[in-house]
Amino acid sequence: MISNFLSPELGHFTLALACCLAGAQFILPLLGNQKNDFHLMNLAAPLAWGHFFSLMIAFVCLIIAALNDDFSVQNILQNSATDKPLLYKITGIWGNHEGSILLWSFILSFFGILFSSFSHRLSFSLRTKIIAILGGCATGFEIFCLITSNPFLRIWPAPMEGQGMNPLLQDPGLAFHPPILYTGYVGFSVPFAFAVAGLMEKNIDSAWGCWLRPWVILAWIFLTAGITIGSWWSYYVLGWGGYWFWDPVENAALIPWLTGTALLHSTLIVEKREALKTWTVFLSIITFSLALCGTFLVRSGILNSVHAFASDPTRGIFILVLLIIICGGALVLFAWQAPLLPFTALFAPFSREGSIILNNILFCSLATIIFVGTLYPSVLQMINGQTISVGKPFFDKTFVPPALITIFFMAFAPWLAFKKTSLKKLIQPLSFMGIITLVIIIISFIYLHRFLPALATGLAFWVIMGALTDFSSKLSLFKTSFKNNFHRMKNLSLSFYATYIAHIGVAVILLGIIGMAYSQQKIVEVPIGTTLHLAGYEWTLEAVQNHKGPNYLATEAILKINYHHKTICWMFPARHFFPRQQQVITNVAIHTNLIADLYAVLGDSKNINDTSPTYILKLHYNPLAPWIWIGGFIMILGGFLTLIDLYNHKIIKQNSKQNMEQPL
Amino acid sequence: MRLISFVFLLLISFFSIAAYGLNSPNELLPNAQQEKRAEQIGAQLRCLVCQNESIEDSNAELAKDLRKVVRQHIQAGESDKQIIQWMVDRYGNFIRLSPPFNFTTALLWLMPFLAFIIGCLSAFTTFRKMQKEPLPLNENEKKRLEKLMKES
Repeated sequence: MISNFLSPELGHFTLALACCLAGAQFILPLLGNQKNDFHLMNLAAPLAWGHFFSLMIAFVCLIIAALNDDFSVQNILQNSATDKPLLYKITGIWGNHEGSILLWSFILSFFGILFSSFSHRLSFSLRTKIIAILGGCATGFEIFCLITSNPFLRIWPAPMEGQGMNPLLQDPGLAFHPPILYTGYVGFSVPFAFAVAGLMEKNIDSAWGCWLRPWVILAWIFLTAGITIGSWWSYYVLGWGGYWFWDPVENAALIPWLTGTALLHSTLIVEKREALKTWTVFLSIITFSLALCGTFLVRSGILNSVHAFASDPTRGIFILVLLIIICGGALVLFAWQAPLLPFTALFAPFSREGSIILNNILFCSLATIIFVGTLYPSVLQMINGQTISVGKPFFDKTFVPPALITIFFMAFAPWLAFKKTSLKKLIQPLSFMGIITLVIIIISFIYLHRFLPALATGLAFWVIMGALTDFSSKLSLFKTSFKNNFHRMKNLSLSFYATYIAHIGVAVILLGIIGMAYSQQKIVEVPIGTTLHLAGYEWTLEAVQNHKGPNYLATEAILKINYHHKTICWMFPARHFFPRQQQVITNVAIHTNLIADLYAVLGDSKNINDTSPTYILKLHYNPLAPWIWIGGFIMILGGFLTLIDLYNHKIIKQNSKQNMEQPL
Repeated sequence: MRLISFVFLLLISFFSIAAYGLNSPNELLPNAQQEKRAEQIGAQLRCLVCQNESIEDSNAELAKDLRKVVRQHIQAGESDKQIIQWMVDRYGNFIRLSPPFNFTTALLWLMPFLAFIIGCLSAFTTFRKMQKEPLPLNENEKKRLEKLMKES
C-alpha cells in the first residue's frame, strides 16, 4: 500500500518540488535582505526544511522502487536484479551516476537544515545568506539531476529481469564508502557559503572564523574517513595489496583534502587572531570548487577522455556551465570584495601565525602538484596533440619529498606561540629530538637497507617525539611534583590533545606506508596438501570446496597457518563467479594481528576434473599494513575531539553570557 | 549503453583497478633478481589500453604481452634504459608513466618548486606590506589629535 503510494512518479514530482523549493530558498531570503523585509528573510530556514523533506521523499521512492525490483524504472533495470541481496539493493542506488547525483543533492539539503538548526546565535543576516547560498548550489545540481541524469525515468515495456550490478560493488566497504565521501565533499559547501556570505556582508571577523571552524572540521572528518575507507577497500578487494594508485579519481578526492587541511589550520588563525582573513575566504571557495571539480568533472569523463565528453555532450556541458557559475561567480565576488576587507592583525614571522602560513604554502603546493599532474596530459593533448602519461612513478618523485618536508615541520609547529616566539627556547628541545631522530635513522638504515624508508621512519618518530616534548613541557614533567603534573594534565584543553593526536595519526600512517614497502609475496601453483613458507609462517592448503552464494558460485580454499608449528589461524580465500555478469571476483582472506597482515588470494585452478588438481595461490606478508588505516582513524579522532572542544566552549560562553545578562 | 557502462566504471574506479596482473607463476622469471628488475621496469610502463595502470598492475591481454616482452628483453641481457627506450620507440612517450623532462613537460616537472616559491613570495610580499610603517598623519588627523590631546 505504502509502496504503491511512494511510486517513482511521486519521487520524480518531489525531486522537481525540491528543486523549486531550493530555488526559493536561494532567491527569497536574498531578496528580503535587499528590501530589508524581515518576513522574507525568515523564510530561509523553513524553506531549507521543505527542500530537505521533499528530497527525502524522492530518495525513499527510489529505494522502494529498488526494493520492489521495479524494472520499469530505467535506473533500477540497469543496476539491479531480483537475486541481488537486500543490502545491495539499497546501497546499489548510489553505485551509479543518476543515483549518486540524487544522493549528493540529498546530502547538500541535509547540510542546509543542519546548518540552520545549529546557527541560531549567528547574526541573522549572515545566517540567512548562508542558507540561501546553500539553496543556490542545490538548485543547480537538482536541475542537473532532473534534466540530464534523472533516476526516475521509466521504460516501456518493462523487462522481467534487471541487468544486475557490477559484482565489484557488492561489498560492504563500497556500500558505505560513497555516502561518507560525499558527505565530506558536500560538507565543504558550508565553508563556501560562509565565504560568499561573508564577502556579501563585507564583514569577516573572529566570530565568522569561530562559527566557520566546526563546519570545516566536520567536512574534513568525513573526507578523511571517505579516503581512508576507499583506500582500505582497494587493499582488501583488489587482491594484490595495493592501497593507493594515484588514479585520477583518487587524486580528485586527495586535492580537496589537502586544501581542506590547509583551511582547517587557517581558520584557527582567523578565530584566534583575526589574521589571514582574505586567504581563508579564498581557500574556502577553492576547496569547495575543487571538491565539485573532483566529483563532477572527473566522473563525467571530461578530463579522462575526450570521447566520453563527445558521446553525451549535454551532461558534460551542463556540468561545465554549473561549475563556472558557482566557482566563477564566487571568485569574481572575491576579487571584487576582498581588497575591501579590513586589514589584519600583526605578527612576527616566527609565530604560530607564521607556522600556519608555512603549513598553508606547503599544503597548497602539494595540492597544486597533484592538480597539475592530473590535468597536464589532457591539457597538453589539447594544445599540441602530444600524448603523455602521468602516473605513480611521477607522483612518487614529485609528491613524496615535499610531503616529507611538511611532516618535518608538523612536529614542532604547534609549539610556537601566537604573535611572536623566541627561537632560543626551541633550540634545546629540537636539537635533543634531532639527535634521537638521527640515531633512529641510522638504526633503521641498518635494518631497512634503503635510505628513503629509513629517513621516513626517523621522521615518524620525530613527529611523535614533538608531541611528547610539548606534552611534558606543558606538564612541567620532572620539574615539579607528580601531583602538580597531574593537575596540569587535567587543565590542558581538549584541543591541545586533539592537535597532537591528529599529528600522531599522520606519523602512524607514514610507518604503515614504510612497512608496506617491505611486504613479501609469493605466487605459486600447488596441489592440495602443500605447505609453503613465507615470512616465517607455514601456509598449508588443506582443501578446496565449492558452495553457492545468493547470486554467485563460490570456490573457497582452506588455508592453515602455522607459526613455529603452532596453528594460529585458518584463512579462506575464495573466488566468486557471478553467472549473470559472467565475471569472477576474488575474495581476499586477511588475517591481522594489527602489527602485520597475512593476505591470501586464490587464483585460477587447473585440472579440476583430474585426480590431482592444482591451484594458484598468491600469499602476501604485509608488515604494518593495518597502521595506514588505523592512522587515518587516529586523525579522525583528533578531528572529533576538536569538535567536542569547540562545542563545550560554546556552551560555556553561552552560560557565562546568560549569567551576565541576569538581573542582579 | 557504452556510455552508461563507462560512467559506471568511472564511478567505481576510485578504487577499482583490476586485480594484480600477474596471475600465474609461469609468468615469473626463474631468477629472482631478474624478476625484481622486470617488476621495477614494468611499474614504469603504462598499459596502453587501461586508465593509468602500469603493465604490472593490469590484467589486460596487452599488459600480459608487454610483461612478457620486458622479461624476454631482460633475459637477453639488456639494461633497464634500453628496454624502456625500446618501448618508447615503439609506442611513444605515452607508455612512460613518468614522462621525460623536456620543453613541453618542463612546467609539469618544475611545478613543485614553482608552487612552493610562488607561495613563499606571495606570503613574503604580503608580510612586507603588513610590516610597513603606517602613513604619516594628514592635516585633518593632526588637528584631531591635537584636539584630543588638549581635551585630555
